[in-house]
Amino acid sequence: MALKDITLGQYFPGKTIIHRLDPRTKLIGTVAYIVALFLAANVVTYAILLVLLAALIAISKVGVKSILRGMRPIFIIILITAILNLFFTPGKGEPLVSWWVFTIYVEGIRAAVFMILRIMMLITCTFLLTYTTSPIMLTDGLEKLLSPLKAIRVPIHELAMMMSIALRFIPTLIEETDKIMSAQKARGADFDTGNLIQKAKALVPLLVPLFISAFRRADELAVAMECRCYHGGSGRTRLRQLKMKGMDIVALLLSLAMCVGIGVLAHYGW
Amino acid sequence: MEPIIQTERLSHIYSAGTPFEHGALVDVDFTAYRGEYLGIIGHTGSGKSTLIQHLNGLLKPTSGKVLFEGKDIWESKERTRQIRFQVGLVFQYPEYQLFEETVYKDIAFGPGNMGLDPEEIDRRVRQAAGFVGLKEETLQKSPFELSGGQKRRVAIAGVIAMEPSVLILDEPTAGLDPVGVESILSNIHDYHVAKNATIIIVSHSMEEMARTVDRIVVVNDGKIPFSGAPREVFAHGDELERMGLGVPAMTRVFHRLRAMGVDIDPSVYTIQQARDAILAAMARKEGTV
Repeated sequence: MALKDITLGQYFPGKTIIHRLDPRTKLIGTVAYIVALFLAANVVTYAILLVLLAALIAISKVGVKSILRGMRPIFIIILITAILNLFFTPGKGEPLVSWWVFTIYVEGIRAAVFMILRIMMLITCTFLLTYTTSPIMLTDGLEKLLSPLKAIRVPIHELAMMMSIALRFIPTLIEETDKIMSAQKARGADFDTGNLIQKAKALVPLLVPLFISAFRRADELAVAMECRCYHGGSGRTRLRQLKMKGMDIVALLLSLAMCVGIGVLAHYGW
Repeated sequence: MEPIIQTERLSHIYSAGTPFEHGALVDVDFTAYRGEYLGIIGHTGSGKSTLIQHLNGLLKPTSGKVLFEGKDIWESKERTRQIRFQVGLVFQYPEYQLFEETVYKDIAFGPGNMGLDPEEIDRRVRQAAGFVGLKEETLQKSPFELSGGQKRRVAIAGVIAMEPSVLILDEPTAGLDPVGVESILSNIHDYHVAKNATIIIVSHSMEEMARTVDRIVVVNDGKIPFSGAPREVFAHGDELERMGLGVPAMTRVFHRLRAMGVDIDPSVYTIQQARDAILAAMARKEGTV
């Protein structure tokens, strides 16, 4: 497998209404959805949230396949959580199954199903955010949202700048790793066979050049930024001005309504 | 001539099965003969780098075959690994792959992986260093305190030390000053002569190509539209121009002269040939007057 195939919160460019929303709206919306998800406690509320999520996926035209693919690494966690919930949720009525130390109550099944749904929906909604928002927009939005913290001397601009630089260089470093690996393989390096210690040793010819090139790039970038008179965030204007539009207000109001609605409904029904 | 590396209907598709899928090579039949000095020329993204990475088994063909001395290089895992020592590949900007504490150790990395005994490794390291003009005292220095040009020499020596029968170099002179270019090219030529090795140089500089190689293979859009001696290839001036490659400036001048009605042989690409062509044209002109 080529390293290039790894997806890391990959952004799928698009022009749907979800893509065009302000990143701040999407960030707040995602948080609101997660809050609602933790408030949800019965079939009705879960159903509403599930339909809502399905609608958002449909509108954003993000393929269900790419969401499932992203879910693969955490499959084991979901499975273990479900099993623990299934067996260790105490119930009031008669147990459904009872064998040795294992007992399953109706409540256990209910808790397990809800837990699976909750984790999967939580992950899907964050995927929806990263799939429809470019990393640069995301950091811009985050910087804006967190800017009040500047009052208590949290270096928000610097943190956001570091984050966008890091995101910018992930593909470059992956490409670089691929290239150095090929070059060392051409000299007979073997990255695949041997025991753990041999494998770790085999990484030296890869890691040394990689670190050197990362430091070189960092140095060059710092010089290039200084040449363009970068001196931190104070008094700095932006190329992309984030602007809340009508649809952002609507989306935020809907998010609020969702949280309140779910919070109320969670107290009624099974 | 006896072929040493061949590809048969070689195709390569990147990221197959994803939305980012694209074909880099399409049904390529490529041959390099034993002991020849071959140039591969092509635009950025033409597929030339993909092609050379197939020749030593770094990339596996999506379909088609790569043969070394008539046998498939993917026959067994062991064979693929052996091929990497037989077909040495020097990547573009190879100086970024250096990692050892000393120049000596870095050059010894390849031969060490081959499992040779220490005396043989020592002989090869010193000989390879000699080929690229590295001094004895440089061998004990750290590769990171050398200049860019020196680092490149160390990296090339690291591949030469495996004594491959085919040496492939991707843009070996990129980013060097004219003196450096000349010296690296002559180092490569020395290796070619000393070991009767097949040399494959990848470049997009027609001038450099024209002066050094016996035969040129043109790669464009994942295919090989034509190949042949420099003179034959430069005869396709217009097509090369359309591929964004162009012929050497000197050849272009002679093509223009001919278009302007001067009776002159346009297939020249060295100073020597240009002089002869001009003298011949002048002699003809004097004869007619």
